[in-house]
Amino acid sequence: MENVTSETVWTQVGSIDDIPVLGSRVVRTPGGDIALFRTAADEVFALEDACPHKQGPLSQGIVHGRRVTCPLHSWVIELATGEAVAPDEGRTGHVPVRVEGRSVAIALAEAKLSRGGCRKDCGHV
Amino acid sequence: MDMHLSSNNGPVVDQTEAELQGAGPAMERLVVVGNGMAGMKTVEELLAKAPGRFDITVFGAEPHPNYNRIMLSPVLAGEKTFDQIVLNSREWYDANGITLLTGEAVESIDRAGKTVVSQSGRVVPYDRLLIATGSMPFIIPVPGSTLPGVIGFRDLADVDAMLAAAARGGRAVVIGGGLLGLEAANGLRVKGMEVTVVHLMPTLMERQLDPSAGMLLQRELERRGIEVLTGADTAEIVGDEWVSAVRLRDGRELPADIVVMAVGIRPNMALGKAAGLECGRGIRVDDKMRTSDPSIYAVGECVEHRGVTWGLVAPLFEMAKVLAHDLAGGEGAAYTGSVTSTKLKVTGVDVFSAGDFSGGAGTEDIVFRDAARGVYKRLVLKDGKLLGAVLYGDTKDGAWYFSLLKDGADVSAERDSMIFGQGFGSADAGDPNAAIAALPDSAEICGCNGVCKGNIVKAITEKGLTSLDEVKAHTKASASCGGCSGTVERLLAVTLGDGFTAAPKVKPMCKCTHHTHDQVRAAIVERGLKTMAEVFQAMEWTTPDGCASCRPALNYYLLCAWPGEYKDDYQSRYINERAHANIQKDGTYSVVPRMWGGLTNAAELRAIADVVDKFAIPTVKVTGGQRIDLFGVKKEDLPAVWADLNAAGMVSGHAYAKGLRTVKTCVGSEWCRFGTQDSTGLGVKLERMTWGTWTPHKVKLAVSGCPRNCAEATIKDLGVVCIDSGYELHVGGNGGLHVRACDLLVRVGTEEEVLEYTGAFMQLYREEARYLERTAPWVERVGLDHIKAALVEDPERRRALNARFLFSQTFSQDDPWAERAAKGVDRHEFNLLAEVG
Repeated sequence: MENVTSETVWTQVGSIDDIPVLGSRVVRTPGGDIALFRTAADEVFALEDACPHKQGPLSQGIVHGRRVTCPLHSWVIELATGEAVAPDEGRTGHVPVRVEGRSVAIALAEAKLSRGGCRKDCGHV
Repeated sequence: MDMHLSSNNGPVVDQTEAELQGAGPAMERLVVVGNGMAGMKTVEELLAKAPGRFDITVFGAEPHPNYNRIMLSPVLAGEKTFDQIVLNSREWYDANGITLLTGEAVESIDRAGKTVVSQSGRVVPYDRLLIATGSMPFIIPVPGSTLPGVIGFRDLADVDAMLAAAARGGRAVVIGGGLLGLEAANGLRVKGMEVTVVHLMPTLMERQLDPSAGMLLQRELERRGIEVLTGADTAEIVGDEWVSAVRLRDGRELPADIVVMAVGIRPNMALGKAAGLECGRGIRVDDKMRTSDPSIYAVGECVEHRGVTWGLVAPLFEMAKVLAHDLAGGEGAAYTGSVTSTKLKVTGVDVFSAGDFSGGAGTEDIVFRDAARGVYKRLVLKDGKLLGAVLYGDTKDGAWYFSLLKDGADVSAERDSMIFGQGFGSADAGDPNAAIAALPDSAEICGCNGVCKGNIVKAITEKGLTSLDEVKAHTKASASCGGCSGTVERLLAVTLGDGFTAAPKVKPMCKCTHHTHDQVRAAIVERGLKTMAEVFQAMEWTTPDGCASCRPALNYYLLCAWPGEYKDDYQSRYINERAHANIQKDGTYSVVPRMWGGLTNAAELRAIADVVDKFAIPTVKVTGGQRIDLFGVKKEDLPAVWADLNAAGMVSGHAYAKGLRTVKTCVGSEWCRFGTQDSTGLGVKLERMTWGTWTPHKVKLAVSGCPRNCAEATIKDLGVVCIDSGYELHVGGNGGLHVRACDLLVRVGTEEEVLEYTGAFMQLYREEARYLERTAPWVERVGLDHIKAALVEDPERRRALNARFLFSQTFSQDDPWAERAAKGVDRHEFNLLAEVG
């Protein structure tokens, strides 16, 4: 997992109210898109917006419990780790999130995004 | 027959029903004042124990036969009709020789002369008199409490007043957050009013719930849009000719178009008091329900027994049984008070409470809390016995805890695991059927009517009962508040085993439940479940949010069952239906504007060409559905693309929807030398009628102008083949993964018939098929005969189905592109949250 310390730089991305409950919004970064998820219990998770299977946009999937189902081929991904749920195998980038009050921030520098893929050029939101 | 002159020279005594039916002179005259549940339960029991012994006259102030007052809540919420809650119809009174005088209250009792006088001046003599006048809502004595628009929640007239207010719309304030107040609030909310509950105490339903369960309940009600103010004391009700607001002691003023007073009830003892009977808080009775006058009895809510008054149905029925036994000449029966449990009847909220859970010295608490699932359970024990129980969210062990409580059983052995429920630790843990099977015969299943497991099982096996309705009819279980119906059904399943359902084993909906699609669908309709949360609760989902399989299916089932009422759950839609476009492998989308019947024109083509240039859309392709598809559109560009297409008069083609896709046509009589009818024109009409509908899976129609079938209509969900004498309707075809040719349904003569059949077929498919089931497998599964029986052989049903389809369309036919392009609906779907770094 990432190394979050008191030195970690947190980048504000918005308010938790802008993320639909059991839904997702996308943050664009130079390294690729990041999907922010909000569960029914108001927890916020952030993953690279790319399914480990074929880089489908996880932000477009259906959120349930602490998981999201990828809209392309229905792989199920754990929001807390980015791991695919067995029997599928694979893992997508995980980004630390901090929620203070209604404000949501991510630790960009600690995120491990795979820089492959054509996501940014194709520009999916 | 005796003739008396009444004290005010009013009309003389009538012949009673019994006398008219030729009753013998040896019958004792029993007059019952009050036509409610307690009085009539006594009469029912009496008729069973001593038939023919009493000549019974019943006076009722309300103009109705005896009805289940507890079920007024579902009537308010629209889940039941009044007719469905009538307990004893007028025919029943006639058949049993009872003289029923409705809309006629008794004004006074002449104890010396042993007669009663009604408000119309009618005088009726009695040998024995039973007062069952029930209770009245307590109206808090604040200024304005008598304003029009302030009502109680006791009878059908109150429900009618509330329904009338809801029809006018506006705001309702319910004073009192107890059982009745919350049911009123829920009913009014369901009917569309803005509702605020004002409750004096800090916890809702504080007599049944502890603060934790009360908080869970409050949050659930708030989630349903009901405002809850606790610790709120009403100071004044404001208004001129009608109520306009409720003012609290802290100064807050709540606007109100109707005020429901639900702060408690008071025994209606005026009649008894005026007659000189001993009264306290109610008409005082002994253990045999006798008042201070040896010929007069009292039963129900008007009564004070051993210093206690009662407002729940179970004790009243216990009193009624004792009284009937005594009146029938039986010995030894005595009412000694009741141990009660309560169940909240707000659909989808499971609350159960029993005994004394106030805690205190010498008691121990065992608490189970699962916040994610909305479950809270608390047991209060003392000296190894269960004193009280509060259950919120998971009440399936209520019957078990209640039986332990009533029996005063020593639970020391189970103390450590009993909070997890009865089946805990066994291999069947979590299987609700195992819990039922393990209950002893003496366990009370129906608290309202005191029916235990043994009674029900005996009735099922001895009388060959196979359904809830039959069990209800034979044992009275589930006949009052209905809270135990789930448990009774499980008992049927456990008792009958495989004999319970003749249907073959069907796959459950998904991993979240053992229920099948059909079971859940039926439950949604029969139990009036109107939100997904209610379904999860009522059907005992094993996950808090469902999953990507069941949520879209449930969303569809709810939408189909409650058009115009159910609010679509956005986050339960697949991405295509959220974005109103088709997602492609690289995360871009494709856009397909509708081309009615496959027709277009220069202006539309020009608009499409302009959009392609403006947004640099990479690929333009003609589809099999006779329209044009634009591939490679970035998600954030979708609203702008739509706006340009809308400007040219084009709307969404729903190429992404589990709904009506296309109506393909070939040119018919307008151009083609073989065309028998105007197939293209008919195709456009069909598309105009059916676009926008949501269905279990995509639906494709086609209309061919002649049997050469150039529109390939016979591999469509519904295909029309025009013939010289009219139109052939073919159904259940599929040209995809499993090719299936249609079955011929019917031949008709006019376009109107084609449209009616199409609407009816669509609706039958919508209501019956499982989510993600195309018409082809559905037709194979149910058989063409079933569809013919519904549509062809039953014109009335066909008309009704078509009407339901057209009604549902009134809520569906809005262009989703226009809403998003021009009105900014769901903007969050198409915009980034942020761009950083």
